[in-house]
Amino acid sequence: MVTTTAAPSVNRTSRKRWFLDVGFRHVVGVLAVVYAAFPIVYIISAALNPGGTLTGSNALFENFSGENFADLNRTFFWTWAGNTLFIGVVTAVGTVLMGAAAAYAFSRFRFTGRRLGLMALLVIQMFPQLLAFVAIFLLLLGLGNVVPVLGLNSKLGLIAVYLGGALGVNTFLMYGFFNTIPKELDEAAKIDGASHAVIFWTIILRLVAPILAVVGLLSFISTFSDFILARTILQSEENWTLAVGLYGWVSSLLEANWGQFAAGAVISAIPVLLLFLFLQRYIVGGLTAGSVKG
Amino acid sequence: MSVQPAAGSTTRRRRVRPRPSESHANTFSGGFVAKLIVMAAVNALGVYVILAAWAEESYGILAVMVALLVAANVVYFSRRMLPMKYLLPGLAFLLVYQVFVIGYTGWVAFTNYGDGHNSTKADAVEALLVQNERRVEGSAAYPLVVLGDGDELAFGIVNANGDVRVGRAETPLETVEDATVADGAVTEVPGYDTLSRQDILARQAEITALRVPVSDDPEDGSIRTTDARNGYVYISTLAYDEAAGTMTDTQTGTVYEPDDNGQFVSADGQTLPVGWRVNVGFENFATAFGDARYSTPFLKVLVWTIAFAFLSVATTFFLGLFLAMVFNDERVKGRKIYRTLLILPYAFPGFLSALLWSGLLNRRFGFVNQVLLGGAEIPWLTDEWLAKLSVLGVNLWLGFPYMFLIATGALQSIPKDVMEAATIDGAGRVRTWWSVTMPLLMVSTAPLLISSFAFNFNNFNLIYMLTGGGPRMEDASVPIGHTDILISMVYSISGLDGTAAKNYGLASALSIVIFIIVATISVISFRKTRSLEEIN
Repeated sequence: MVTTTAAPSVNRTSRKRWFLDVGFRHVVGVLAVVYAAFPIVYIISAALNPGGTLTGSNALFENFSGENFADLNRTFFWTWAGNTLFIGVVTAVGTVLMGAAAAYAFSRFRFTGRRLGLMALLVIQMFPQLLAFVAIFLLLLGLGNVVPVLGLNSKLGLIAVYLGGALGVNTFLMYGFFNTIPKELDEAAKIDGASHAVIFWTIILRLVAPILAVVGLLSFISTFSDFILARTILQSEENWTLAVGLYGWVSSLLEANWGQFAAGAVISAIPVLLLFLFLQRYIVGGLTAGSVKG
Repeated sequence: MSVQPAAGSTTRRRRVRPRPSESHANTFSGGFVAKLIVMAAVNALGVYVILAAWAEESYGILAVMVALLVAANVVYFSRRMLPMKYLLPGLAFLLVYQVFVIGYTGWVAFTNYGDGHNSTKADAVEALLVQNERRVEGSAAYPLVVLGDGDELAFGIVNANGDVRVGRAETPLETVEDATVADGAVTEVPGYDTLSRQDILARQAEITALRVPVSDDPEDGSIRTTDARNGYVYISTLAYDEAAGTMTDTQTGTVYEPDDNGQFVSADGQTLPVGWRVNVGFENFATAFGDARYSTPFLKVLVWTIAFAFLSVATTFFLGLFLAMVFNDERVKGRKIYRTLLILPYAFPGFLSALLWSGLLNRRFGFVNQVLLGGAEIPWLTDEWLAKLSVLGVNLWLGFPYMFLIATGALQSIPKDVMEAATIDGAGRVRTWWSVTMPLLMVSTAPLLISSFAFNFNNFNLIYMLTGGGPRMEDASVPIGHTDILISMVYSISGLDGTAAKNYGLASALSIVIFIIVATISVISFRKTRSLEEIN
C-alpha cells in the first residue's frame, strides 16, 4: 500500500502536506536519536578527555588523549575484564548445553512426569535467584568449608550458582524452537542406526544453532550485568567482575575516578554493543519470545 | 532410506519398538569412551567431595553428594531412563542452586539468623567462653616462642618444671622431649620453624589472636601472648553448665538462662552478646508488618515499588509505541538507521547506564546541571521526589528501545486487510486505531508488558547503581531510602553489603513476601491476558 508522495513541484501546500505526512517523522526521529545516543557520545568523550574528573568531562570532545585508558593498566580493570569474560563464557556454554539437553528431552521423548516437569520449571522460574541471595550466600558459606573451590570468593562457585538458573529461564525458549524441527529428521536418522546421542550432538544441535547463539548471548549479557550475586559471592578485589569493580569506582570518589570509569565503561560496553547491533535481529526475536533484559 | 509410514505421528510407538541390537555400550565407540572418561571424572570429584564432607562433618552435603553421585551412575549406565540422561546435569544444578535455595530461604525466614545469632548453640557457647577470657590475676608468665608449621602457628613454652610444651589452636599443649632450650626459653623444636622477628611483625595480628588451650578441658583456659615473648594463662570469666544448659559468670555469680530467642539471659534481663539461631516462627513477618518502626517504611517502599514498576512500563511503552507509530510508515527514508540508533540505550549494558547517569545527574558537577541547565544545582538524586523522577527518567531512557522494538514488530504483524475493512465500514483514523489496532496490539504485547513489569519490580541494578536507594529515610530504623524498591531494601537489610547489622532472617522473610507479590501479579495478569487472546 505504497501511497505516492507529494509531487516534487515546489508547491507550498504540497510541502506542507509532505511535512504533516512524513517530514515531522524525521523531526521526531532526530530528537529521539539525540536523546538515545547522547549519553553514549558523552561517555566516549569523557573517556578520551585527559582531565579525568566529572567536571572536566563536561566539555565534549575538547581534548583527546588515551591517558584514561593507560591509567586502567594501574588498576585491577584487566583482571576484572578477564574474570567477567571467563565467568560469562563458561556460564554461557554451560547454560546452552544444559538448556539444549533439557529441551531435547522435553521435545523428543515422552516420559512420565514430562508435563509435570515443564510445569514445575515454569513455577520455579517465577522465583528468581536474585531473591534468594541470602540463602545462596549461606549455602556457599557452608559448601566452602568442604569444597573451597565451590565456596565464597570463588569464580567457579559463582558459575555453579548461575548454572543453577540455567534450566528455568531458557528451557522454554529452546523447547519451542526444538518443536519446530521436524521429528521426521531424527526418525530417519534412527532408522539409519544413529543412537540418540549421535542424533542430539550431530543433527539437532546443528539445526537449532540460531537459538543456541541467542541463549548463549543472553546468558552472557545477564552474567555480565549481574551485580548482586557477584558482589555477594566474590569478596576479594582480584576476583571481582566488571560490574562489581566499576561500581566501586563510581560509588567511592566519583569525582576523581570519572575518567577511569568512562574508559572502563567504553571498553566493556563497546564489544557488547557491537555484538548486539550485529545480531539484533536474532536477539530481538529471542527476547520478544520470552525474556527481558537482565 | 526408508521412512516408516506414520513417522512422527506416534510417540508412544517408540517405546514398543525393539531396541537396536547393538547398544553403544557394547561397541566401545568414541562416544562410549568419552562417556567413560566423563563419568570417571565425575565420580572422582564426587568421591573427593564426599571424603571432604566426611572430614568436615558436614553430613548434609555428604548425603546430597552421595545421592547425586548414585543418581548419575544409575542414569548414565542404565539402558533406560533416556530422558533423564539429558535432564540430569541441568537438574542437579537446578535442585541445589535454585530449588534448595528457595527452600532454604523459606527456612531462614523463620529463624533469627543474623548478627548475634550466627550459628548453633554449641558454637555460641564456645564463642562466649573464648570472648570472655581474661588474664588470671597474678598468674605466672611463661617464656614463649612462636613456632610455625607451614601456615599454621604454634606456641612453645617452658613451664615451672622446665618442661617444654607445644600446642596449636586446635591441639592443646603437649610436652615435647627433644626441644632445645637456652636461657630458660625454647630456641628450637623439631618439626617446627622458629619464627624470626620479621615474621612475627608480619603476622602480628594472627599471633595475638592465637589461643592455645592448656588442656582438653576449656575450664583450664588457654595460653595467649601480646608480645610474642611471654605467654599468660587466660581463663574465661564464664562457665558453661552442660547439664543445666546455663552460663554462669564466675566473678559475679550471675546465672544466664537460655531463652526462646536463642540468647543467654540473666534474671535481671541482661543478655550475653553471642546468641544462636532458633526458629522464631512468624516473628520476622510480624516485625515486617506489625512493628510500626518497620512496617511504615516497608509500606512506603512497597507502594513506591509498585508505582515504579507500573510507571516504568507505562512510560517506556508509550514512548516506544509512539516512536514505532512514527516510523511505521514506508515513506520515511532511513528507517533502518533510525532503528539502529534508537536501540543504542538497550544494547548498552544496564549497570553501566545507571552508573553513567548517576554522573550525568550529579548535583554539582553533572552534565545536566552544569551544561544543560547552566550551573543550576538541582538535587536530581538527593531530593526525595526528584530522585524518584530521575529513576523513572533514566529507566525511560533504558527501556523505551525494547518497547519500540516490540511495538514495531506488533504493528507490522497486524494484517492490512483488517484496517481496510474498518475503513470500508466507515471508521475514521481514530476509531480504527482504538477499535482495531490497539486491541490487536495488546494481544501480542500484553504478556511482554507483564514480564517487563515483573522485571522492573526487581530492577535492583538501576536503583542500587543510580541512587543507592537514597536519599535515606531519616525516620526509619533500618537502612532504607526513598527510592529503594523491595529488592534493594532486602539487600540493605540483609547486611551483606556491610553497611548495617546482618539480619538474614528478616531479609529472607521479605524475599518470600516479594515472591508472593510478583507471583500473584503474574498469575492474575496472565489469566487476564488469556481472556484478551480470545478476541483473536
